Amino acid sequence: MSNIIELTGLVVVLIAAGLLLGLTFIRRKAPPVFREIPAYTRFKRAIGISVEDGTRLHVSLGRGGLQTPRGAPALAGLAMLRHLTEQTSVSDEPPIVTSGAGDLAILSRDTLQAGYKAAGAEDLYNPATGRLTGLTPYSYVAGAIPAIRDEDVSANAFIGHFGPEVALLTDAADRANRLAVAAADDPAAQAVLYAGVDDPLIGEELFAAGAYLNAGISHQASLQVQDILRWAIILILLGGSALKLLGVI
Amino acid sequence: MRILAAGIAIASGLLVLLGYFVPLETLLEIRLLLVQWAIILAAVAVLVGVLNLLGVHWHKIRTRQKGTAYSILLIVSLFASAILGIVLGTNNPTLEFFLEAIIIPAEAALMALLAVTLVYASARLLRRRVDLMTFIFLGVVVVILLAATPLPFGKIPGAAFIEWLLRDNFATAGSRGILIGVALGALTTGLRVLFGIDRPYGGN
Repeated sequence: MSNIIELTGLVVVLIAAGLLLGLTFIRRKAPPVFREIPAYTRFKRAIGISVEDGTRLHVSLGRGGLQTPRGAPALAGLAMLRHLTEQTSVSDEPPIVTSGAGDLAILSRDTLQAGYKAAGAEDLYNPATGRLTGLTPYSYVAGAIPAIRDEDVSANAFIGHFGPEVALLTDAADRANRLAVAAADDPAAQAVLYAGVDDPLIGEELFAAGAYLNAGISHQASLQVQDILRWAIILILLGGSALKLLGVI
Repeated sequence: MRILAAGIAIASGLLVLLGYFVPLETLLEIRLLLVQWAIILAAVAVLVGVLNLLGVHWHKIRTRQKGTAYSILLIVSLFASAILGIVLGTNNPTLEFFLEAIIIPAEAALMALLAVTLVYASARLLRRRVDLMTFIFLGVVVVILLAATPLPFGKIPGAAFIEWLLRDNFATAGSRGILIGVALGALTTGLRVLFGIDRPYGGN
């Protein structure tokens, strides 16, 4: 039984890898079209406004360290950060990044530096903009709230692994009258965010940031692979239910 | 250098991934070794993160930014905890008392604040988005709260059934669907890093 599960896992990973590489590197006549997600539309607008009026963006990567299974949302946040850094490198105020895990803090600084380097403005990189604010859920939130409130931030992106404590961050953004785009992998945090932000991001929308902020073809391909696999899972679930109903399995 | 970093990252990622799926003793040993190294590196990263935290607050004090008093308090507490921990040992009862007398009440206070924040956010939801889903969301919150809270006159008749129906059926089914979506997103994000398309460890 264990071997069957491992084999199934391997097959899913290989299929996903094949699709991702194929959709990334095969030239297409037209780019894929995705449905509108209001949160990303507003955030895109906020990026432009922040560059124009010289305010900051704040990206919060959560507290899911990369050596844990909760690391993937932070990787999505880092990919978005890289794109944001390049886009806002001409701004007077660099984006600030807060995180609740040591490895994430290091990677956020590395990503910021890489973004500035790619934009040809490496001398503008400030290591103090990538910060570890706390290692427990509430100390992390307590450290990130002053960044939202006191550092001339015009828009916040909370993308990563959070628990219900993320409500304190969105509340701080709300009180400071700042835009908040928030997505978490934890269902409890998602329920809290549904009540706490104007346009909540649900489930896999967390991983769509790159595709919607035009971070590159691989992000669009990634989203398409998710759609294909999701349909496959839906069909398998429906087929399984039908077979069970018919008494075949 | 960047190519070398990418090469090492991709090779390590592939070996760990294969170690999960292919039942070869050598692969398993390599996977465990790499994971152990990752754990050690993560611990060092915490230390680097704390130094970064110290640097940020020291800069705040030097440039006399807003909240300097809190930065001073943080640095003093950081050094006091570190010195006491090194001198007395981390399991010392006096040190544990000081840490628990400060950290636990502070976190409990934030937890209480979270409860108030959630009630406030739910109330504001009616101003933020007035649609069917908002009413369903708030309705379910009220029903679950009524069913789960001990009331002076005992349980509301039928509340347990409604709670079971909503929580163990609809909510479980919904959260499983969401988690499948999150898992697919995590898979493709991981693969992008594994193939070196996204490189959070040294830039693209």
